[in-house]
Amino acid sequence: MAKSSATKDAQALLHSLRSAYASTPTNLKIIDIYVLFAIFTAVIQVGYMAIVGSFPFNSFLSGVLSCVGTAVLAVCLRIQVNKENKEFKDLPPERAYADFVLCNLVLHLVIMNFLG
Amino acid sequence: MAASSDTVVTPSSLRQAFGNVFSLFILILIGVLAFSIRLFSVIKYESVIHEFDPYFNYRVTQFLTKNGIYDFWNWFDDRTWYPLGRVIGGTVYPGLTLTAGTLWWILNSLNIPLSVETVCVFTAPTFSAFAAWATYLLTKEVKGPGAGLTAAALLAMVPSYISRSVAGSYDNEAVAIFALIFTFYLYIKTLNTGSLFYATLNALAYFYMVCSWGGYTFIINLIPMHALLCIVTGRYSSRLYIAYAPLVILGTLLAALVPVVGFNAVMTSEHFASFLVFIILNVVGLVYYIKGILTPKMFKVAVTLVISAGLIVCCAVVAVLIALVASSPTKGWSGRSLSLLDPTYASKYIPIIASVSEHQPPTWPSYFMDINVLAFLVPAGIIACFLPLTDASSFVILYLVTSVYFSGVMVRLMLVLAPAACIMSGIALSSAFGVFTRSIKFASIGKQVDAGDTGNGVTQNDVVKPDKTEEPPKEKASRKKKKEKENVEKTPIVAKSERRLLMLPMEASVVAILLLMLLGAFYVVHCVWAAAEAYSAPSIVLTSHSHDGLHVFDDFREAYAWLSHNTDVDDKVASWWDYGYQTTAMANRTVIVDNNTWNNTHIATVGTAMSSPEKAAWEIFNSLDVKYVLVVFGGLVGYPSDDINKFLWMVRIGGGVFPHIKEPDYLRDGQYRIDSMATPTMLNCLMYKLSYYRFVETDGKGFDRVRRTEIGKKHFKLTHFDEVFTTHHWMVRIYKLKPPKNRIRGKTKKSKSKSNSASSKRSATRKKNPWH
Repeated sequence: MAKSSATKDAQALLHSLRSAYASTPTNLKIIDIYVLFAIFTAVIQVGYMAIVGSFPFNSFLSGVLSCVGTAVLAVCLRIQVNKENKEFKDLPPERAYADFVLCNLVLHLVIMNFLG
Repeated sequence: MAASSDTVVTPSSLRQAFGNVFSLFILILIGVLAFSIRLFSVIKYESVIHEFDPYFNYRVTQFLTKNGIYDFWNWFDDRTWYPLGRVIGGTVYPGLTLTAGTLWWILNSLNIPLSVETVCVFTAPTFSAFAAWATYLLTKEVKGPGAGLTAAALLAMVPSYISRSVAGSYDNEAVAIFALIFTFYLYIKTLNTGSLFYATLNALAYFYMVCSWGGYTFIINLIPMHALLCIVTGRYSSRLYIAYAPLVILGTLLAALVPVVGFNAVMTSEHFASFLVFIILNVVGLVYYIKGILTPKMFKVAVTLVISAGLIVCCAVVAVLIALVASSPTKGWSGRSLSLLDPTYASKYIPIIASVSEHQPPTWPSYFMDINVLAFLVPAGIIACFLPLTDASSFVILYLVTSVYFSGVMVRLMLVLAPAACIMSGIALSSAFGVFTRSIKFASIGKQVDAGDTGNGVTQNDVVKPDKTEEPPKEKASRKKKKEKENVEKTPIVAKSERRLLMLPMEASVVAILLLMLLGAFYVVHCVWAAAEAYSAPSIVLTSHSHDGLHVFDDFREAYAWLSHNTDVDDKVASWWDYGYQTTAMANRTVIVDNNTWNNTHIATVGTAMSSPEKAAWEIFNSLDVKYVLVVFGGLVGYPSDDINKFLWMVRIGGGVFPHIKEPDYLRDGQYRIDSMATPTMLNCLMYKLSYYRFVETDGKGFDRVRRTEIGKKHFKLTHFDEVFTTHHWMVRIYKLKPPKNRIRGKTKKSKSKSNSASSKRSATRKKNPWH
């Protein structure tokens, strides 16, 4: 009984999540896919490290942190360009995007340095 | 002021512009003050590098300017830690050196031919001016420009910071404090604006901090603590996410770029807190996001589902982490950090950390000496920060609380407390002045509505500096309130605001302002005294005032000059590690140990040699290829920090590695003494002999002015060492090891039979001996 109610709840939850998410604007959805892809890449790298070993540790580190950093920055961009977010009303999306690009540039310059 | 709204706009914007120009002017003055108050050492002594570590930094800077950045990164220094050497590029925090090197390069390319030494001497004062400006920015983000100006003025002359940044004190802290404050400023700025641009700058500032000082771990633990505090108290916002998450990723990568930190940035426990909070923050961010898109009812369902599943995963992760951390012997923490968490750790396990006086816990007077009246203003500042509590002010409070703890553990970290205390006191002073001047202003308005402003102006003209600095916030605050009310109703404005604002009687507030000014004046007087008298001594040139005038003791430079002129370039000089940096920098001779203290065994070897009898010491030194032994002796002129006073630490450190050196052998009934009651081990050890050799010839009695006793053993001869140089005031004495063949001839057979029974170390050294 408890189990079935839990699965029902879960189904209802998934349904409402999907319906709620469907209303998000397309540009945010694109960012979401980007974030998911970055996280997915990071997970693959961690899995690879678990199997093969972490020998060139700086390569592993820069690979994973590159993915995580990309994801985090994209999340930040998503927060800033989200129209529903009241905190960033006076921040134009162009400015947010420029900041995002700058931050990414710095991140990947550092990573290129760190790859060794 | 009580005019219609469009006439108010022009004067107020004009006034704001005027206020901006005014505060810029004050800031410039504060910078000049911060710079010039640190020049006492140059004026009273000369433009020299101070103390010990600065000499090393100076030497590295010289190398950098001469050979360029690539050679600097690859520099293997064979002048120190003989025979091991040291990889300088990979073991030094390069921030300070690179800063000074860049400054020198810029100046030279502008055709301003300053020497490297001059640039090094004036780096610290310059950066303390920057630090004052950074404090202004930080406090402005927290509590408005008035508090900012006050805090900057306080920081410009806080004695604790002066002690580390007088001209010539060319040490990491000189630039690190600026980097610390600036990083905090950018964090707060990001937190307030939520802009990725500032987040990037924040990471870069953090990078500079990592480059400059090991104290960067304070930042990487404090900011996570603040983020966690915000989450726990329900103040999570997307701005917090933007401020924190990119900083951790970028900051970790940037920190890993610094060779001395390297993989430590992800491997040691000091940094784990930031990753943990990063994960928590991401989870919390996701939760808030889901909460935002779901209906409250569905959210509840989701929470119950996730919590039941999530708890199991969390437990597993925590268990793995704990197992990982516990598997390393020191739990992944470095010695210095451990001694911060457990103040008794160092004295128990690491004598080499405990032996440094600046790693000792401070005494109460040193708080008064170093932050003076700020100590009393800080609580008021905390209260002011709670009204109202914002993200920024909670950060400042957290910064203060943690730094108070750290300063209680190590004297050296008083330096971290000083900016926090200045910010708090700045806030306190500024809001106190705000309340008082506002009540004066409204009191005068109550009497005469139109003359309100002039009355206020008159009182302000009397007040010299601190009052000027508080002008902007009070104006702003009162103006804001006024504007709000003017829209509603005009005439009963005074009565209403009088009720609303915390009003004090005019006489009381005038008296209070005067008292506060007196407090400020007291602080200024104390700071100037501290800068001029207490903290400006370069410690390589000493002076003393006596009834027959000023005496200058320049013995250190005399000795190092003698070494550089009279010894061979490749000769090795042994001394206690304190003098290692100076010997390499000033005399350009190879030393056995230096202030870097990275190899405890090596230091213990020198400590053992100093505490052994002459012959054993000669053997140890000879095995290390040492030609000269340098000891610092203050008994003649009363210089207290000499080698005899440091000797017990040599015994302890030596005994920690070589157990045949036992501390009780050197103590008579637990007392350290060098008079006739001293133990025979003490009277026969090398340090005693080298210090007091021929000492009795000076006054016939052998009276030691530091220990205030007559020495125990007055007439003795050295068998294995030759005195080659003693400086004018006997402060530095240099001995040469006697060549081996004179001593061993005729004893060969005996020593051979002995060497079988002798310890393995000794026989090893004998084998190396070419004359044997």
